[in-house]
Amino acid sequence: MTARVRHRGRLALPAGLLALVLTGCDEQQDALAPRSHAAKDIASLFWWMMGVAWFGLAIVVALMVVAWRKAHRRPGHEPKEGEAFAFKVVIGAGIVFPIALIATLFVIGDIFVIGTTQAPARGATQLTVDVIGHQWWWEVRYPGTSAVTANEIHIPVRTPVRVQVSTADVIHSFWVPRLNRTIDTIPGKTNAIELYADAVGRYRGQCDEFCGLQHAHMSFYVFADPPAVFQRWLRDQEKPAAATRSAGATLFAQASCANCHAIRGTSASGYVGPDLTHVASRTTLASLTIPNDRNDLVRWITHAQEVKPGNQMPDIRLTNAQVQTLATYLESLR
Amino acid sequence: MAIATPPTPAAAERMELLAKMWEGRPGVLGWFTTTDHKKIGLLYFWTTLVFFAAGGAEALIMRTQLAQPNEKLVSPNTYDELFSMHGITMIFFFIIPMTTGAFGNYLLPLMLGARDMAFPRMNALSYWIFLASGIFLYTSLALGVAPNAGWFDYVPLASRQYDPGRNIDFYCLGIIFNSISSTLTAAQFIVTIFKSRAPGMSFNRMPLFCFAMLAAAGGLLFALPLLSADTIFLFLDRNIGTHFYDIARGGSAYLWQHLFWMFGHPEVYILIVPAFGIATEIIPAFTQRRVAAFPLVAIAELLVVFIGFGVWAHHMYATGIPTITAIFFGSATAMVVIPSTIQVFAWCMTMVLGTARFGTPLLFIAGFIFMFVIGGLSGIMFVAIPFDQQVTDTYFIIAHFHYIIFGAAVFPIFGGMYYWFPKVTGKLYYELPGQISFWILFVGTNLLFFPMHIVGLLGMPRRQYTYPSGMGWSGYNLVETIGGYITAAGIILLIGNLVVSYFRGAPAGPDPWHGATLEWTTSSPPPPYNYAVIPKVSSAYPNWDEADRAEDRAKLAEGTFVLMDGHEQVAVTPVDGTFDEVVEMPHDSPWPPLLALSLLLVFFMLVLHKYGAAGIFAVGTVLTLFGWHSKEPQEA
Repeated sequence: MTARVRHRGRLALPAGLLALVLTGCDEQQDALAPRSHAAKDIASLFWWMMGVAWFGLAIVVALMVVAWRKAHRRPGHEPKEGEAFAFKVVIGAGIVFPIALIATLFVIGDIFVIGTTQAPARGATQLTVDVIGHQWWWEVRYPGTSAVTANEIHIPVRTPVRVQVSTADVIHSFWVPRLNRTIDTIPGKTNAIELYADAVGRYRGQCDEFCGLQHAHMSFYVFADPPAVFQRWLRDQEKPAAATRSAGATLFAQASCANCHAIRGTSASGYVGPDLTHVASRTTLASLTIPNDRNDLVRWITHAQEVKPGNQMPDIRLTNAQVQTLATYLESLR
Repeated sequence: MAIATPPTPAAAERMELLAKMWEGRPGVLGWFTTTDHKKIGLLYFWTTLVFFAAGGAEALIMRTQLAQPNEKLVSPNTYDELFSMHGITMIFFFIIPMTTGAFGNYLLPLMLGARDMAFPRMNALSYWIFLASGIFLYTSLALGVAPNAGWFDYVPLASRQYDPGRNIDFYCLGIIFNSISSTLTAAQFIVTIFKSRAPGMSFNRMPLFCFAMLAAAGGLLFALPLLSADTIFLFLDRNIGTHFYDIARGGSAYLWQHLFWMFGHPEVYILIVPAFGIATEIIPAFTQRRVAAFPLVAIAELLVVFIGFGVWAHHMYATGIPTITAIFFGSATAMVVIPSTIQVFAWCMTMVLGTARFGTPLLFIAGFIFMFVIGGLSGIMFVAIPFDQQVTDTYFIIAHFHYIIFGAAVFPIFGGMYYWFPKVTGKLYYELPGQISFWILFVGTNLLFFPMHIVGLLGMPRRQYTYPSGMGWSGYNLVETIGGYITAAGIILLIGNLVVSYFRGAPAGPDPWHGATLEWTTSSPPPPYNYAVIPKVSSAYPNWDEADRAEDRAKLAEGTFVLMDGHEQVAVTPVDGTFDEVVEMPHDSPWPPLLALSLLLVFFMLVLHKYGAAGIFAVGTVLTLFGWHSKEPQEA
């Protein structure tokens, strides 16, 4: 037991040093600032591995330093001097020792820790969320309800949630490093992962597999809310759009918007871009590319190709007055 | 005392006769028709350096784009083309052709005591096809339709639906074209190693560099067909309407990934194992001690590639493969560590037990060991599947494999450039600028790649053309970019040093390092026939066997085993290396470049979807082959 404690103490030094370097950084997507049991297990696994890794590097560097120091001391030697000793070192340090170390790592990582990062079975959780990757945004559905949203996933805090990920086009990867490992969305297949958050808060996630031009702008938020707040949010999201008879609504239907976007409770039912039924309740636009405020909304409508080049949304040609009407309408969709 | 200086006037006469017989056509035309492995090695060397510059420029543009958040130096599509071309170039057009094509070609026959490769014309063909495939691929960049779905080129992103341009067609055909060249190289390396060794060089006396080349060639030969199948399927899917990867019609997106990584992971070891080979030559020369635990190191070099064929799915942990599958590949990944640790400790023990002289080549090897251990240790972390799944596709991975590919594969290439420079040019390089270039490169690469570990853990995914501020990534990225420019400066100094040394260096003599292997027994640069007498070999360190070398000189004076009746080389039995027969070798041939040219036309027609024209040029290729075989070496 004492040996173990001493060991821990030695390892704490490099680990602490790196932690010092890392603090002061924004923790938005920091895999070493975990907020779930799965991410914590992975993070502590990393700290241990890193400690042992520094130790391994130190041995090799020490050997080279010895070689360098000896070089200045001894001029001559036999071409095979010390061969038996060298053989023992190579077998001990190069075969036996690494096998023991790696076997330990294998057992800890792939038999114990792997269990905590597995997806819960279908039906084992109270809540399931479907996440569908699109070039380049995330569609979010809550099975059993009519709620559909985009790029912002709300979950109740301290509650295991099964997230089922799939794709509408190419391979993406769903990744919220502070909560869990990554999982790819594979065409023709549904993969699953658990989301669980220890604390109320906003956790940033991002597509982790190259998926084309705007792979860089395919981020999302996970909001872990107190259960009551979450339930209220979900009820709000289920409702159809509130204001359906306005100049803006008419414009939305008549301009090309409705070809690609759906607003539940209206005739707009496109499925190329995100569902906009409650777009005003979201904090960002275009998969976290820009904040969801009036100026950026207008810019997005008129200059989407400048904000996020190559994305599916064209620059919409409307008069200034029309844009303002449309923006007012969209901002009313809470 | 090397055999470079003729012991008697009669010996001098014999050497002159050999030189006349083996000298190729003079002048520029001679470079086109040459079958001399040394000239082909040099052609490879200069060509791959050009591609290295291109791949490096691509990397620097990317690093400049990423120096700070929301930078707008290049468009998203340009960035995608840059990282795709950077990966393809560095792997297929720099490291593989540099280690096998340049180093392997130049050194393998010399170390084996042979006068040329087993198939000299095929050797020339592999170079000309390599050059043609490079021209083919870079035409796409010039036309603005370079591959843009990454070197890994995952479907369905690379399918016609999501990438309708010619970009991916250039990728498929360029890769297939290049694979032909590497396959030719691999096949003839294997035959050369098995059949063209000097009599007496049984397998246990073969230099470790040759074991490494055997491992790399064997790996290439088995790995490349998987890649070719993969890219042929994709080309057919895109252009003919097959459904290998078409999910809607029963195809699978996994198929691409499995085939790609069944090639791709052995490929990683194929990239570094020649570097191990270079290290195992420089270390004995600069410590004046035999490599510790020689048999273990030889076996480890072969094993690393062999086990490397069983780990591919660790690139696919995040794809939702069954956990039990992942664990199987996790255990294979654990196993592949052992051959590497064996070698690291063998190198270190050799340095400890010998008298290490830290000249520039050994400095690069020490730097290589340091960076290989860092890259290896971060690689061991991927044995823990959940950790791999957490950092996959982040900058942590980029840090890991650049420590391996730049630190462990390219540093020994740099070290090898210095080490064999006197042999190839006959001149000594300048030592102080050499050591300075090492330290600049060492600091530069660590600044460039170490912070990538940290940004990866901070959640920065790879392959994104820009990133937002406020993520804690900006400072590290700036340091990486600065490191990138320092690295570039180090490379320029290194090349500059070698160029100046070429013109103004002191004469090197045949054996400036008291090296261990046969190439140091002949003059610098080696004569066209390499060795005036087929050398006697009784250990893996023949240049240190004084008695054998004296025997060679005596034989030259007597005129035994000089083989000067024609363009002749010895063939031995594959394992024991006992004398088998004398074979007549082919000489200067115009057909290899012509064949490569006709293939280039076939590939250009294919990428333009002009299949009829491609067929016509393919007939031309076949006719070239007839011309090739119209005159066999025996009839010469």
